[in-house]
Amino acid sequence: MALSTEEILAGLAELITDETGIAADAVQLDKSFTDDLDIDSISMMTIVVNAEDKFGVKIPDDEVKNLKTVGDAVSYIEKAQA
Amino acid sequence: MPAKKIVVTGIGAISPLGTSAAESWTALLSGASGARPLEQEWAAGYELPVAFAAQSPVRPAELLERVESRRLDPSSQFALIAGREAWADAGSPEVDPSRLAVDWATGIGGVWTLLDAWDTLRERGPRRVMPMTVPMLMPNAPAAAIGMELGARAGLRSVVSACASSTESIINAYEHLQQGLADVIVTGGSEAAIHPLPLAAFASMQALSKRNEDPARASRPYDVDRDGFVLGEGAAALVLETEEHAKARGARIYAEVLGGSVTSDSYHITAPDPEGSAAARAMLSTLTNAGLSPADVVHVNAHATSTPVGDEAEYQAMRRVFGEALEGVIVSATKASTGHLLGGAGAIEAVFAVKTLQERTVPPTINLENQDPAIPLQVATQPTALPEGDAVVLSNSFGFGGHNAVVAFRSA
Repeated sequence: MALSTEEILAGLAELITDETGIAADAVQLDKSFTDDLDIDSISMMTIVVNAEDKFGVKIPDDEVKNLKTVGDAVSYIEKAQA
Repeated sequence: MPAKKIVVTGIGAISPLGTSAAESWTALLSGASGARPLEQEWAAGYELPVAFAAQSPVRPAELLERVESRRLDPSSQFALIAGREAWADAGSPEVDPSRLAVDWATGIGGVWTLLDAWDTLRERGPRRVMPMTVPMLMPNAPAAAIGMELGARAGLRSVVSACASSTESIINAYEHLQQGLADVIVTGGSEAAIHPLPLAAFASMQALSKRNEDPARASRPYDVDRDGFVLGEGAAALVLETEEHAKARGARIYAEVLGGSVTSDSYHITAPDPEGSAAARAMLSTLTNAGLSPADVVHVNAHATSTPVGDEAEYQAMRRVFGEALEGVIVSATKASTGHLLGGAGAIEAVFAVKTLQERTVPPTINLENQDPAIPLQVATQPTALPEGDAVVLSNSFGFGGHNAVVAFRSA
């Protein structure tokens, strides 16, 4: 069964916290990975690879640059798992 | 004669004997051994011919924030722990970042990271190989971890010379301070190579003791029954500083660094030159460059790993340097307690040499039950008082590749 937006956000927040130490409640849909959360490219790739594993989806490298905000990533995962 | 006085103002360590320099030193004086059986899950999966090692009492990741430890190989985790302790011990000096440097060594580097990534690649494919793999496995990663922590901008330098690495780093730190490249340098070394592959490889070359039934008595330098070294792990750090800088900030001074010397055997890739002439020259030129003579030396923290060949070759080298005066030199082989920290060995032994001077106590060499008659050194088997007066001590390190590195310290 596909996960809801909230469930994906919570799962993604967990991965981000694990990688960066950023508090899970700071991970919100409108936050930019680079400007708001200060996540560097290496951490971003780690989070992407872990997200692929966690949600059973593929996120091609070319797509990663389009994932500017947490919301972008959540909707990508939402569509990809459908 | 050197232009500047260079001093030690801080020390730190995490070793098989404890999670700090003080804990490690106290355990060393008590005659403890850090060697114990490998009870980890990963060890059970292999029929390793050597099933023990001298292990840190605590995994280094447990002493760091989770986010920090995820991005650091254990060799860098150990480095950061020891580096932080030494820095705090030095009073967290305020230094212009452009006058602060790091000279840090490892013998092997991020072997856990490399081999875990290889397993991941084979089992799960290239996509699962983590992007932090390269910056975690590179041998300069421990230097970079300390440098980033302290904001050091006068250079982070890593020398690689196997088991001589961290003594060579301390010598380099001394020389960089003499050259005026920095006012303060954090120096030392770390290693985290207790992994089935290095264990299998060292065992395969017959370098390790196979005393599986009695790990605590396996590392026995100078004993007739020595049969190889015991693999250890951990890190040790020293803060070196010009005396001028240290005095200006009112720092506590542990000891003076008299510099050191590096020579090479170019004899065999692993075996020491049995004549020990290049090793002897490293000791002699260390003393000569400092304006001293062999008669000034009261104590040597020997390399002495507990291999049949190595311990005797070092003795031959010492006899060349000291001649009859060798009888007046009290020798310690602290690898009997710590095991062999490879790229961290010279650093932990330098920390012990500094403590020896500070507390005027030579640490014991455990497990010496029947001293090899071919090595008639004066070995301290109990904590032993240093003779009165100005004291000069040497710390020797030798490494595969024929590297010889010797550093000298004098009481403050």
